[in-house]
Amino acid sequence: MLGRRIRERFYESLLFISALISVVAVFMIALFVFLEGYPIIQKEGLGNFLLGREWRPLAGIFGIFPMIVGSIVVTLGALVLGVPVSLATAVFLAEFAPKRANMILRPGIELLAGIPSVIYGLFGMTTVVPAIRFIETRYLAHKLPPQMQSGYSVLAAAIILAIMISPTIIAISEDALRAVPRHLKEASLALGATHWQTVVKVLIPTARSGILASIILGMGRAIGETMAVIMVVGNNVLIPTSIFSPCRTLTSNIAIEAAYAAEGPHMQALFATGIVLFVIIIILNLIALRVAGREVMSR
Amino acid sequence: MRRSLLFLSLALVLCVGLLMVGCGKKAETPAPGTQPQAEKLSGSIQIAGSTSVQPLSEELAKAFMAKHPDVKINVSGGGSGAGIKGVTEGTVDIGASSRELKPEEKGKVKEFVIAKDGIAVIVNPKNPVDNLTMDQIRDIYAGKITNWKEVGGKDAPITVVTREEGSGTRGAFTEIVMGKEKITDKAVVQNSTGAVRTAVASNENAIGYISLGALSPEVKALKVVDGVEATKDNVLKGTYKLSRPFLYLTKEEPKEVVKAYIDFVLSPEGQKIVEKEYIPVKPTK
Repeated sequence: MLGRRIRERFYESLLFISALISVVAVFMIALFVFLEGYPIIQKEGLGNFLLGREWRPLAGIFGIFPMIVGSIVVTLGALVLGVPVSLATAVFLAEFAPKRANMILRPGIELLAGIPSVIYGLFGMTTVVPAIRFIETRYLAHKLPPQMQSGYSVLAAAIILAIMISPTIIAISEDALRAVPRHLKEASLALGATHWQTVVKVLIPTARSGILASIILGMGRAIGETMAVIMVVGNNVLIPTSIFSPCRTLTSNIAIEAAYAAEGPHMQALFATGIVLFVIIIILNLIALRVAGREVMSR
Repeated sequence: MRRSLLFLSLALVLCVGLLMVGCGKKAETPAPGTQPQAEKLSGSIQIAGSTSVQPLSEELAKAFMAKHPDVKINVSGGGSGAGIKGVTEGTVDIGASSRELKPEEKGKVKEFVIAKDGIAVIVNPKNPVDNLTMDQIRDIYAGKITNWKEVGGKDAPITVVTREEGSGTRGAFTEIVMGKEKITDKAVVQNSTGAVRTAVASNENAIGYISLGALSPEVKALKVVDGVEATKDNVLKGTYKLSRPFLYLTKEEPKEVVKAYIDFVLSPEGQKIVEKEYIPVKPTK
């Protein structure tokens, strides 16, 4: 009897420790990033660091404003391109798709989520970028400055990211749509609304918070994506002025320069870039939790 | 109480595990007496520094350790700056640098040129331009020349491809070509030799720069300054200006294992390994 209890306790603590490890890991990583990056922010001043327009780490000039703008613009672009299609897909899967279509579509979408990001990047670099370059040089050559005729652009990154975030948005919004109580849908249909009217007027509004949460999570993925973006976005430190502008994002800044950055201010500035990214993602996650939390409570 | 006991035992298990891993590594080195050479060299060498030199150092170290199984050579990166710093501070035995030492760095260390590396300026094979002067390359990278027709090509915008700040190749390129000019912010940045090559190979209007050893048929190397071709011979002759030395640095006159290793690197055998990717500085026969 006692042996059983000890064993029970043992497994309990084992689980507890496992759970603890992930929390400790997050905490340690956050602490490390902050400790490494904070000195440079302190030295340069938060305002100068966040709003500085020039990034010349070897000359000791650290301004990440162009990259903050870059990250935001690329992410917004991905949402504009990705959200409508993903939502339509989610509605189709939840409401209209015949069983057989579901059987093909669902594994396909799941597969999309499993493709490594470098493959997306390679695809983007060898097909999307040349396609955009073709349009830029063939049809827009007189309207665009030379640096916007390389194909590497906000648009290329947005297209690739839109594909990458779609599985997240589709899966979570589909769940939200399916979780709408059956009696609401039946009531709407019983009142004479068509299927489409029911979807637009009842299902989507009811599932709103779940859908929003899915979009915010997709946004988090887009902001955090590194490899695929590096390969298609051009990575120069300029504030983008057009969807054809190349730019650099926060994540690509870290990934591109970390390998060769010498210890000292350069490395610290990369960590500080990490802090900014960290804060943005924490805020996004908090909003997602909030929005999704409201849904849970209202149920 | 029970919880802390559990924690302790877990920690113990971890420690034992680590110990076992340590043992496993030791067991890999072959038993003494198997080395072919009579003179028994033993010890360890730490090499750190330029990531451009790193792959070459690894090859050389592998060959040296095969001859002297009791010698352990550790090669790590960190960048030329870190290599120079490491050797002056004495934290590494050999510092590796892929740029000339600055005046204030000279004198503090002993230098050995172990190889030379050339930088090739590359364009797409479909690009009709195959000759640029140093000034033209500088103006293109500074963003002053933006169309190929200004340098004798067709009417097309130039896509300038560069490496990220901190990269040794970019450092060498900046030093040799750019001088005081800055590389334009409008240049596309790629963070590896392969990525630059791919970017140029897939874009008719692109220009980039890579290590001479990394040239491949999918891109075309430009002739620089009076039509001097980007070849190893021209680098050694000194006529091809876009080149840089690979240096090994030691704090004092090298002794024992370190001396044996550097002698090996400069021997025909070592220089043969250099020759595979880079330009040897001593005869290979």
